[in-house]
Amino acid sequence: MSLLLTAMTFVLCIAMIVAALVSILGRSLPIAILAAGLVSLVASVLFVILASPDVAMTEAAIGSGLSTFLFFFVLGRVRGGERDGEDESGSEHG
Amino acid sequence: MVKRLGALLLLLAIGGIFTSLLVGYVPDTELNDTARYYAYHTAADIGSANIVTAIVITYRGLDTLGEVTVLFLAAAILGLVLARGRRQAQARRALTPVGELLTTGSRVLVPLIMLLGVYVFINGHLTPGGGFQGGAVIASGVLLLLLAGPRKPFAHSLIAAVESLAGVFYVVIGLMGLVLAGGFLDSRVLPLGVLGALFSAGTIPIIYTLIGLKVGAEFSVMLSDLAETEELG
Repeated sequence: MSLLLTAMTFVLCIAMIVAALVSILGRSLPIAILAAGLVSLVASVLFVILASPDVAMTEAAIGSGLSTFLFFFVLGRVRGGERDGEDESGSEHG
Repeated sequence: MVKRLGALLLLLAIGGIFTSLLVGYVPDTELNDTARYYAYHTAADIGSANIVTAIVITYRGLDTLGEVTVLFLAAAILGLVLARGRRQAQARRALTPVGELLTTGSRVLVPLIMLLGVYVFINGHLTPGGGFQGGAVIASGVLLLLLAGPRKPFAHSLIAAVESLAGVFYVVIGLMGLVLAGGFLDSRVLPLGVLGALFSAGTIPIIYTLIGLKVGAEFSVMLSDLAETEELG
């Protein structure tokens, strides 16, 4: 592995860890979901560097594409539930 | 406090294990026995230019059948869990209108995305990628359609037919291998052809096309289930 590839790998690994930390520690759920998708995207680039393009394609399509959108769909459902709960408590008071 | 200390100790222990793995890591200078067999015999045995595809479809074909089954079960269970919500979703509330950018963009992009997905799984035995990757790409095209037109009816029966027929034909081709070639899911039912040609490697292109259709249909059903029940809110 050449020096440039090694340096790029290190930068990507650090970016992956930072994105994972943002995803865990961040306050906003949409940003956390996007950061989790970014972890998958960086992982797929790392898979290409490690000479496994098949795994990289799966990771990019499923890990960073579809699962991110699945999380958003579920987030929409959960948010709706929360709003319903608030509405019910509001009607009880009123 | 005790909980935090325990978590910290656990993290340190896991970190220690991984560090010892990393410190003791020596890259292999040559292929191990299994890898050497695959690397030197795939072209002559299976006729597939992409060794990974030969392993996934022929050498370890039963594992792939299992994976497809697991994905099918996941899609079926998700549909079962969300079925109650879908019936209630008849009384739909008004959605925010879809933007012009998304509508026009989806008209341009969806055919290209679908084409890329089909390209990926038809060329699975020649280039990186294959049924699972191509199916996921097709499902992302369906996702874009769902986002651009949430009101449009989703052809559940057509998708279910594609999904079931692809699964049935996959198993039938596997059984044909049992009769006409070396064993279950042996791809040498058809002639191997020229290495690197589109119609080569026996039944691998057919099996990967079926897997691509099946995986794409399963992911599309999952996404549409979630999108349709999302309106419950």
